[in-house]
Amino acid sequence: MMEILQYEFMRNALMAAVLASVACGIVGAYVVIKRIVFISGGISHAAFGGIGLGYLLGINPILTAIPFSILSAFGIGVISKQGRVNEDTAIGVLWAVGMALGILFIGLSPGYAPDLFSYLFGSILTVPSFDLWMMLLLDVVIILTVFLFYKELTALSFDEEFSEVVGIPTRSMYLLFLCLVALSVVVLIRVVGVILVIALLTIPAAISRQFTYNLRRLMILSIFTGIILTVVGLWLSYALNLASGATIVLVLGSAFFMSSFFKGLMPT
Amino acid sequence: MINEEIISLKNIGVRFGDIPVLEGVNLSIKQNDFLAIIGPNGGGKTTLLKVILGLVKPDEGEVRVFGENPEKGRRLIGYLPQHTSFDLNFPINVFDVVLMGGYKRLLKNYSKKDKKIAVDALKTVEMLEFRDRQIGRLSGGQLQRVFLARAIVKEPRLILFDEPTTGIDPKMQSSFYNLLSEFKKRMAIVLVTHDIGVVSTQVEEIACLNRRLFYHGAVEEGLKRLETTYECPIELIAHGIPHRVLERHEKK
Repeated sequence: MMEILQYEFMRNALMAAVLASVACGIVGAYVVIKRIVFISGGISHAAFGGIGLGYLLGINPILTAIPFSILSAFGIGVISKQGRVNEDTAIGVLWAVGMALGILFIGLSPGYAPDLFSYLFGSILTVPSFDLWMMLLLDVVIILTVFLFYKELTALSFDEEFSEVVGIPTRSMYLLFLCLVALSVVVLIRVVGVILVIALLTIPAAISRQFTYNLRRLMILSIFTGIILTVVGLWLSYALNLASGATIVLVLGSAFFMSSFFKGLMPT
Repeated sequence: MINEEIISLKNIGVRFGDIPVLEGVNLSIKQNDFLAIIGPNGGGKTTLLKVILGLVKPDEGEVRVFGENPEKGRRLIGYLPQHTSFDLNFPINVFDVVLMGGYKRLLKNYSKKDKKIAVDALKTVEMLEFRDRQIGRLSGGQLQRVFLARAIVKEPRLILFDEPTTGIDPKMQSSFYNLLSEFKKRMAIVLVTHDIGVVSTQVEEIACLNRRLFYHGAVEEGLKRLETTYECPIELIAHGIPHRVLERHEKK
């Protein structure tokens, strides 16, 4: 196993697995306890519009995905809080519109889009160094934001109405929270692709929450669960020559079913 | 303490779409008041509390809370909602939930003093032994007491209760009444309830709310029945102070 580490792409892949797991451990914990899994799904699919825009403009799609996913996070947040449109309707619309825009942009861009598939389904084995640095930067932003606004984000997730009464600026905090989701989506796109992002964002936290009732521990546990499972998936995809993103998601899914099964057997 | 006016509602109207929920509601609450608001389901009781808290913006009228708009003034109000919907598996313990009530502002962490006050609040509601318990692992009555602790932890000057005794067993109810008599020495209380027991034993003033804050024959009848049941003298409605119905208890 160790000899594969001599390849740069493998070292990059491992780095990507760690960086992605940090983002999804922290933000995923909130996504799961605040139950906004499908909002996150909407944001990640809408981010595909940004990927397409990158192709059209001839720049790194990760760079265009950042403003695009943040805009869609704001879109979902603002529309759903106004109350005229149901939240899930807003999600559905932005989800589809974002994907459609992406396809249109790619169609309009000159030539053929060779690594389009890797943005849809992830390609952890081909992450360039520049993207790794971007992921590191976004991780730092996420960690700092959660560190600074931990008590607001936690209170908001627990009881939004009471948070408002005690003076937490719930609306801006909610939008900030959705922006964090948007940033994590961008971090994760390289690893599992827009379509499978939701797995990495929810499964490590969903597994970990079965074993702790402490939010900080939940985040840390999710990070390590994420690292272990992504690395196992990465290794399996390498050894068996399978699509990496899909293999990682299937490893995550199997771990989730197994942990739920064993948790069911354990006395409470 | 001077009995200053702390809440003033003037001609409040609230509509949800086409449906009027509150109409022409005038209410004045003073620092020493202990007011119960009774009324039928859908009569707008919870909405009235939410107007005071700034959670519902009235379509008409003016709200002043401690002389300010509700968003500012509500920092001096404690609130115990009727239902708190939350995820029973939420990773948080009782102590941290109570601590939330002492929130100050962005970028300011809970101080040692805040934690001390949270411990005291848990002691007051006799829930200190459960401080490390995950919030979903409590009974309905225990949960209610934790949320009560959360409401008093910022040492409010007014506390709003929305149906505080529904779903609580009689023993818990009487200990809740005892708590109320504790609280009323320190803060104004407004209580929305169906529970005539609490009205008769503790409350000093009563108002009826059914879209409008008002009284009619049937309610007077109800209050006369209250009088015979609880031997509580009733001062009949005087104009100008429409919510004065039950006689003020003699101050000791």
